[in-house]
Amino acid sequence: MSIKTPGAIAVSGLRKSYDHVVLDGVSLDIPAGSVFALLGPNGAGKTTIVNILTTLIPADAGEIVVAGHDLVREPHAVRAAIGVTGQFSAVDNLLTGEENLLLMADLHHLAPQNRRNRTRDLLEQFGLTDIARKLAATYSGGMRRRLDLAMSLIGDPQVLFLDEPTTGLDPRSRRTVWQIIRELVSGGMTVFLTTQYLEEADHLASQIAVLDRGQIVAEGTPTQLKARIPGSHVRIVLADTTQLSVAAHILAAATVDHDQRTLTVPTSGDLDPLRSVLDRVSAAGLDVASLTVHTADLDDVFLALTGHDAASATQRKQSLTMEAAR
Amino acid sequence: MSAVALAARDSGTMLRRNLKHAMGYPGATLGTLLVPIILLLMFVFLFGGTMAAGFGGSPRDYANYVVPGIIVLAITSGSVSTAVGVNMDMTEGIVDRFRTMAIAQSSVLTGHVVGGTLVTTAGALLLAAVGVLVGFRPIAGLLDWLAVIGMIAVAAFAITWISVALGLQARNPESASNIVLPVALLPILGGVFVRPESMPSGIRWFAQYQPFTPLIDTLRGLFFQSVPPHQALIAISWFVTIAVVGYFWARNRYRHRRAH
Repeated sequence: MSIKTPGAIAVSGLRKSYDHVVLDGVSLDIPAGSVFALLGPNGAGKTTIVNILTTLIPADAGEIVVAGHDLVREPHAVRAAIGVTGQFSAVDNLLTGEENLLLMADLHHLAPQNRRNRTRDLLEQFGLTDIARKLAATYSGGMRRRLDLAMSLIGDPQVLFLDEPTTGLDPRSRRTVWQIIRELVSGGMTVFLTTQYLEEADHLASQIAVLDRGQIVAEGTPTQLKARIPGSHVRIVLADTTQLSVAAHILAAATVDHDQRTLTVPTSGDLDPLRSVLDRVSAAGLDVASLTVHTADLDDVFLALTGHDAASATQRKQSLTMEAAR
Repeated sequence: MSAVALAARDSGTMLRRNLKHAMGYPGATLGTLLVPIILLLMFVFLFGGTMAAGFGGSPRDYANYVVPGIIVLAITSGSVSTAVGVNMDMTEGIVDRFRTMAIAQSSVLTGHVVGGTLVTTAGALLLAAVGVLVGFRPIAGLLDWLAVIGMIAVAAFAITWISVALGLQARNPESASNIVLPVALLPILGGVFVRPESMPSGIRWFAQYQPFTPLIDTLRGLFFQSVPPHQALIAISWFVTIAVVGYFWARNRYRHRRAH
């Protein structure tokens, strides 16, 4: 059983409600040494799961074992085995980067020579050596996230939790964080990450679970998951409704949206099928207002798996929040 | 490591963190003493002559009267930086990191309280030194001074616990600094600048029975070798009670408060 393996996470029947149901019976089985991505839109319950698994908030119901320790009976042992980088930066702005790491080393009770070495190594590994003596308050978003990650790692955790580790980062910082995560995994750490981006989950994870409205709606490897969703498609906007009817006749596989004068043609994303669509449109002499090629993203995953799109799930959360505010 | 040893070690780490904050921002730390210092200079140099007349003595007599009160005002002024510091920890996300670590959770608050008490006591003694510069001439012996420091530390400890609780209660750093303001200014409605007996009747009643008046009286007594023992007892009872209330309030808020 993976439950007994150090580094594993086993969750069954996890429930949590506030004024509404947030988690509605979530079960997960994450083997040690793997990267697990929890994919879902805002409001799906991702952060709530991370907060429960990292002992920040109690669950209403469910069996949870993290790194071989029961979460309810042995929270201290769980804390000793995990590292957490939350969605909001958890660095001390009034200390320097180096002082932040030394603080973490002291709280992990590292021996004096070890705390210095660990701090120096992590500063170097995360490209923070040059700004180590500067106050964290002056760091950019990317630097701060790297410091945050380094602080989570100083105790050599068996399991690392990353709640939306690249949200709000520019593309370059995002690539850096991805690179760091891949290196950690090659060192044998179990990584539990949440993300809104299919691309990120695809890039990093060996196992993905899709969370929607507090329930796991799909699980599998990135390849398995992508096989279940429609691939890329071409969207063609025609100049008028007559042209739309003609085009719909030529491209029988397309779905037609009369209001938007739009055809959506599924393709595999390869060049030849795409060219054939374009050839047929061009041969019929159609007046195309715009044409876009679309690759699968989280919206497609959601549409395929749940019958509603990610945005409507987000809107639902906003309306719930507004209700709560009233 | 035993639970007690773990708590002591982590509290030491948190204390170093808080002292580093205080040292790293001497402007902010000394800034809280600015109001008591300005009030001291104003009352000694600007109003000193007039005030002294009311006490039937020289301006120096008035300095001797007002400095013990100003020292108490310096103690309560420390409450603002403590409450804001605690609130920033709660709202900036670092507390979530501490909560997910295998540390003694009590150390987060212990670090603030011990740090706040040390910094506040040092600030109050600094004010006593400034007082000497403007004419304060206590006749206290070594034991009296030790008793003064002890009284200041007890009051600072109690005020720090209340400030920690208020910092945990507030939604954001701005409101934290606002809600401790009454605590910071409360001594003024005691016998800081004038004797309570000379106040209008409603305020006089409040001034006589609020916790800072017996504290100020005790300090005055220690400085001039005329301690009214029952006042010292009342002062100590007040601040022990305040410390206990602050402790349980803060502990309760820390357990129930979530940053995000």
